[in-house]
Amino acid sequence: MYGSGLIKGMGVTFKHFVETYLEDLKYVFKGGRYNDKHLAVRQGPKAKGIFTVQYPEEKLPVPENFRYIPFLVFDTQKNEDRCTSCGICAKVCPPQCIWIVRTNDPKTNRPIPQPAEFYIDATICMSCSLCAEFCPFDAIKMDHDYELASFERFNTLVFDKARLTKPDTYHAAIHPTDWARELQDKEAAARKEAEKAAAAAAKKAAAEAAVAAKAAETDKPADEAQPAA
Amino acid sequence: MAAKAAAAPVAELTGPLAGLKEKFGEAVKPGDFEGVVINHDRLVEVATYIRDELGYDYLTSVTGVDYLAQNEMEVVYHVLNTRAGGAPLVFKARTPRENAVVPSLITVWPGADFQEREAWDLLGIKFEGHPYLKRILMWEGFSGHPLRKDWKEAYYEQDVKPFDSRWPGGHHRRAEDRVPYADNVNFPADFDPTVYTAQADAAVYERFKNYEVDERGQFVPKEAVKDENGNGKFQEYLETDELVVNLGPQHPSTHGVFRMVVALDGEKIMHLEPVMGYLHRNHEKIGERNTYIQNMPFTDRLDYLSSMSNNFGYALAVEKLMKVTPPERAEYIRVIMAELTRICNHVWAIGFLLNDLGAFFTPALYAIEERELILDLFEAVSGSRMMCNYFRFGGVARDLPVGWLETCRELVFNRLPKKVDELDYFLSENEIIRARCEGSGVLTGDDAVKYSTAGPVLRASGVAYDVRRAEPYSIYERFEFDVAVRNHGDVYDRYLIRLDEVRQSLRILQQALNQIPEKGEIQAGKKQYSARVPAGQAYGRVEGPKGELGFYVVSDGTANPYRYHIRAPSFINLTALGPMSVGQKIADAVIILGSIDIVLGETDR
Amino acid sequence: MSQAEPFPNDPMVPPELSSNVFISTIDKFYNWGRKRSMWPMMFGLACCAIEMICVAAGRYDLARFGAELMRPSPRQADLMIVSGTVTKKMVPTIVRLYNQMPEPKYVLSMGACATSGGPFKEGYNVVSGIDKFLPVDVYVPGCPPKPEALLQGLLKLFEKIEKQSIRDVAWYRKTAIEAVPVPVLGPDLIDMRRAMEIREMSQSPVEPAADPAQA
Repeated sequence: MYGSGLIKGMGVTFKHFVETYLEDLKYVFKGGRYNDKHLAVRQGPKAKGIFTVQYPEEKLPVPENFRYIPFLVFDTQKNEDRCTSCGICAKVCPPQCIWIVRTNDPKTNRPIPQPAEFYIDATICMSCSLCAEFCPFDAIKMDHDYELASFERFNTLVFDKARLTKPDTYHAAIHPTDWARELQDKEAAARKEAEKAAAAAAKKAAAEAAVAAKAAETDKPADEAQPAA
Repeated sequence: MAAKAAAAPVAELTGPLAGLKEKFGEAVKPGDFEGVVINHDRLVEVATYIRDELGYDYLTSVTGVDYLAQNEMEVVYHVLNTRAGGAPLVFKARTPRENAVVPSLITVWPGADFQEREAWDLLGIKFEGHPYLKRILMWEGFSGHPLRKDWKEAYYEQDVKPFDSRWPGGHHRRAEDRVPYADNVNFPADFDPTVYTAQADAAVYERFKNYEVDERGQFVPKEAVKDENGNGKFQEYLETDELVVNLGPQHPSTHGVFRMVVALDGEKIMHLEPVMGYLHRNHEKIGERNTYIQNMPFTDRLDYLSSMSNNFGYALAVEKLMKVTPPERAEYIRVIMAELTRICNHVWAIGFLLNDLGAFFTPALYAIEERELILDLFEAVSGSRMMCNYFRFGGVARDLPVGWLETCRELVFNRLPKKVDELDYFLSENEIIRARCEGSGVLTGDDAVKYSTAGPVLRASGVAYDVRRAEPYSIYERFEFDVAVRNHGDVYDRYLIRLDEVRQSLRILQQALNQIPEKGEIQAGKKQYSARVPAGQAYGRVEGPKGELGFYVVSDGTANPYRYHIRAPSFINLTALGPMSVGQKIADAVIILGSIDIVLGETDR
Repeated sequence: MSQAEPFPNDPMVPPELSSNVFISTIDKFYNWGRKRSMWPMMFGLACCAIEMICVAAGRYDLARFGAELMRPSPRQADLMIVSGTVTKKMVPTIVRLYNQMPEPKYVLSMGACATSGGPFKEGYNVVSGIDKFLPVDVYVPGCPPKPEALLQGLLKLFEKIEKQSIRDVAWYRKTAIEAVPVPVLGPDLIDMRRAMEIREMSQSPVEPAADPAQA
């Protein structure tokens, strides 16, 4: 029959329209149309009716794995950058948009594990997160901040170290699972260190019973693992 | 024949190749790979034999490799048997680098057309006997053949990544600041732009002047078709109302920056010439500079609607060389991702085919809603909606987050089947869709094989060829599914087959989601940021949503691929666009293109 | 959102006029009208175009900002969203399209590729940013930008429009606005504004400038 397609089409639009209001009504009694809890349901597989997110008033929550432009994690407890300027991120970066200047000790002229300068060109970055994935120190992570539009690109969108560095509290807030894993790893490492130290102490004690007590006191936990070359 | 490429020379030719040796003697030599090297004098002869006697009726990939050190160009052919399935047969022809010439195989497999043009464009290999050997991705007049190993672009920094300038003394410096023209350009010495005449467009139209239409609607050189008075037939058309129309590169229905130059007689298409390369982003040149892992995010940007499938194909190719197999759970995750991608891609394709038909944006809105829900899943697991970069060699990047499977199950078991039925109910019987689509853009099964089309285009023409069945990869042999086939080969069937495939994908997904191990490793071995890959060559292929997506990787044992070629289904499927459109109305060219479902990122690479 | 950021292309309001109530009221009204009917050109280049379509679709709904009318013709468009990699082969077309757009017109560079060439910058067929040819108003980084990021870019553009004054905008001046010369596809992409320079340099090739960092 001619015209049936038209009627069907109008029908689907009408159904969508009605569903929107039914859904809205349902949520009005559950405490407001658009709160975050309802947003997850209304934007999930059970979505019905209107599907729009009212950006900028409301924003879809981004998943923890979400990646945009990387940032550098600043360890607020040790008060230092986590980055040791080992250069793995710069080597793995597919479009080669990471520039790192390693710090050299002014006296000995030997490299010390701190970046002097760190640049990420956000106009080249392809948000692939390989840098974050392969960083052995959890020092570079992917940021969730996607609102970066600017009127200018030469100064604003080349991120230097100051612009890139963010405290680890921020990292903990946006990556809770990752943060928990890091804490676990740290604990495990500390435990391993302690065990190692204890084992070493016991060994020493067996060998040199006389100085055993002294050795155990002075035995410091070794530094963190050196970066893979 | 074993699928894996071996590095050691294969002394004895086995299987179908043994017969070749017997018949052609010295013209066929075993290579240091699983295949043969054919003397280029007898290439056409041997190729005909391979097609007719050995049954390899489908040419899947043609590409060249530049061996600078050996001063040699190699043309690599992969051919398939669409009836028997199995691994591709590989044969090569070698020619010196300077004045590289091999005979064109376009007469044996017409699907070689674009691929040979591409090899000419990027590598400068001449294919003797090709009727229109012009640049295809770059423009006519461009200087040099960029994929040659000694050709360097303006921003050239180093042969391979990582670049030394990034670390440890990596002061930020824009590429513009270190090149003479302060831009991504290079000009030959004594070049004067003020007196230069561009030839780029003239070359495109040349085919409309010097060629004419034969009775089948195909363009042939002018001398070939003459009436009894010696006048070309094309002349007649010109005298009546032959009109050349450009659709694109900026046109709302070309799905990106694609251009069709159409010769029209009234509303009837007399000839259609696809012009591409407007999104040629040099994947292969960049890919040969990247390390293996660095190419993974670049594959996302090939067919940007289905990045997971692209990852899959590339991972398979490199895994063949590295000889690693992902763990069980990772295999399931891969299949789930690939099939979700297929659904994503097909609902999008259906939505936009309807766009082309004039149902502007409303069906697409509903299709995009389902796609958005799948993208949410991708974002949760990989971090990005479109550019997933999720596969690693021997596994996947990270495990599924908590609750992911539940959301996915809800979607796959409850929502998507209903929505697909809904699309079917509202669209399939719509009289406008049927009137426009049925019988337009017909491609017969023989032609589909001849022109090397793949995926839904091939299967809608009645050829039940699906890589998942023909040469099962990953764990596809564990799942029950049907290879969707339709028989008319028109636009309507190409629309229906996408619905069928979505249903089959849902079937696979439902099985995979039931079988996936709850816990387990997701990565075989240790992930390395700069893995060395054993020397050899491998062709990894998957059934992407657009068709057979292949990655041909040649490794020389270093951390960077020596050659990285992509067999792009969108690109090769376009070979059939011209023949399909001839004789149709101009308005139908748009839906025929829509029914092929191309993505320009992959077409132009 | 409303901090004053300097941007070079923005016409400056003379100090004696900035307190002029009448003008600013008209400006406000004028700018409000313009920014709430910003019609983008239906024009996609690459991956970012898909995200742009998603922005126009149901979930992000560009219509909420009065910008849902994607015009296939440049003659009816106010905004060119350069969504994706600009290749050398494509850039003559883009410049031509831009020239065909009527004033007032804006350019939004979406994604890393359009902004600077992005991950494909080193490629031989890639233009290092559309701003080599067209004046860009807003840059949205990201690869690809999330749909929300594009919307934020659009809001940023509205901010810019709000600061324009009817008195100084270029399109009400008597002098005609010059079209951007269309680049030519030669042995490489020829920017016709630099034709003389290219001729000179190709006749006397110079060594690339040394890296100041390594010097």
